[in-house]
Amino acid sequence: MTNEEVWKALETVKDPEIHSISIVELGMVEQVDVRDEAVSVCLLPTFLGCPALDIIRTRVEEAVKQAGASAVTVEFLRHPPWTSDRISEAGRERLKQFGIAPPPRQMPSGAWQVECPYCGAERTIMENLFGPTACRSIFYCKQCKNPFEAMKPVLISG
Amino acid sequence: MSEKHVDANGREALTELLFQLADDDFLLAYRGSEWLGLAPHIEEDIAFSSISQDTMGHAAMYYQLLEHLGCGSADELAHARPASARRNAVLLERANGPGHYLREPRYDWAFTVVRHYFYTQAKRVRLESLTKSSYAPLAEVAAKIQVELHYHLLHWHTWFVQLTNAPGEARTRMTKAIQDVAADFAGVLTLGAKGTDMVRCGLIDEEKVLTENTIAALAPAFAEVGLEWPMPFGMKHGNGRNGEHTPDLDEALATLSEVYRAVPHAIW
Repeated sequence: MTNEEVWKALETVKDPEIHSISIVELGMVEQVDVRDEAVSVCLLPTFLGCPALDIIRTRVEEAVKQAGASAVTVEFLRHPPWTSDRISEAGRERLKQFGIAPPPRQMPSGAWQVECPYCGAERTIMENLFGPTACRSIFYCKQCKNPFEAMKPVLISG
Repeated sequence: MSEKHVDANGREALTELLFQLADDDFLLAYRGSEWLGLAPHIEEDIAFSSISQDTMGHAAMYYQLLEHLGCGSADELAHARPASARRNAVLLERANGPGHYLREPRYDWAFTVVRHYFYTQAKRVRLESLTKSSYAPLAEVAAKIQVELHYHLLHWHTWFVQLTNAPGEARTRMTKAIQDVAADFAGVLTLGAKGTDMVRCGLIDEEKVLTENTIAALAPAFAEVGLEWPMPFGMKHGNGRNGEHTPDLDEALATLSEVYRAVPHAIW
């Protein structure tokens, strides 16, 4: 099995809470090692308390085995910390498809501005810094009058 | 500090520090989770449960570090240790207010806001110090938690300032809650009996430095709301770092470990 085949298999593993985006697009995959048919995958947890991590681990094992690996080990690394600028350009588009505005590229000091993922308007307001999952906030679009979610920026400051 | 160079005192200081960090976050996350469905409004219910979930995740990371050091499994450390073995500050174990989660909860929102705001500031200062810890796995975990804490701090600062600046009952209750929290806050800032060893091994900064930095972090908010600084901080209900605790902790542990004790081998 080649490194490339493993990455291809990982692209089929979606975030259990955002079905449009893969863990590769989210920037969660830090390293892939292939020795003969044994594969090791190192992942970065997004938020530490995220209950989806165990599901992701199981799905990675399944996907890589299905692609031909005889043994798969999945490890969550403590370092480096996952940051929201690891999300790829394609990933940012996939978030929008799911109705989630991608995170801003700079760390804001308070509330931040995002474009509505539905109509593209900038007339949006933050309703709640915290949302249905640890990584999301709740916004409202004053233009198309839709509530929507936005991914929180998680960046290392300083 | 690589593991092979740790002397016996150093190792004991390290595990002691990890137990303090783990138990602090674990107990406060539990108290936070008891507000589920009871917070002042729906947005707060979402925010507070998200914060408590993050905080429980932070505790889990510290328990995992202890597990790697051979102190027992993370689940066991979280659920099965008796109150006398717990190292959390007493302030963080105290009940949310009178009443009970299932029977007429009369929880005190002012106390909750002040406790969380004070603790989150102290935690931020502590994490900043830990990112330079000689124990690399702890420094890495601290850097990761720091990023998440940013949002908790924004949240509790907003509540603290808005409620304290509100007229009438809110300011009176916040002022009372500040006195109440201050009376036990020294228990959060202390590193306990092994503190000197922790500092000697370069695990964390001295208690004095941490305390000064925490006060410097809290002071601007007091200026913002025009309140007197509530010094000195005390340990009115005991020093949790030395295993002194209140009946509130016994009650909390009995509730949170009920399922674990019933089926210890269940998979979570």
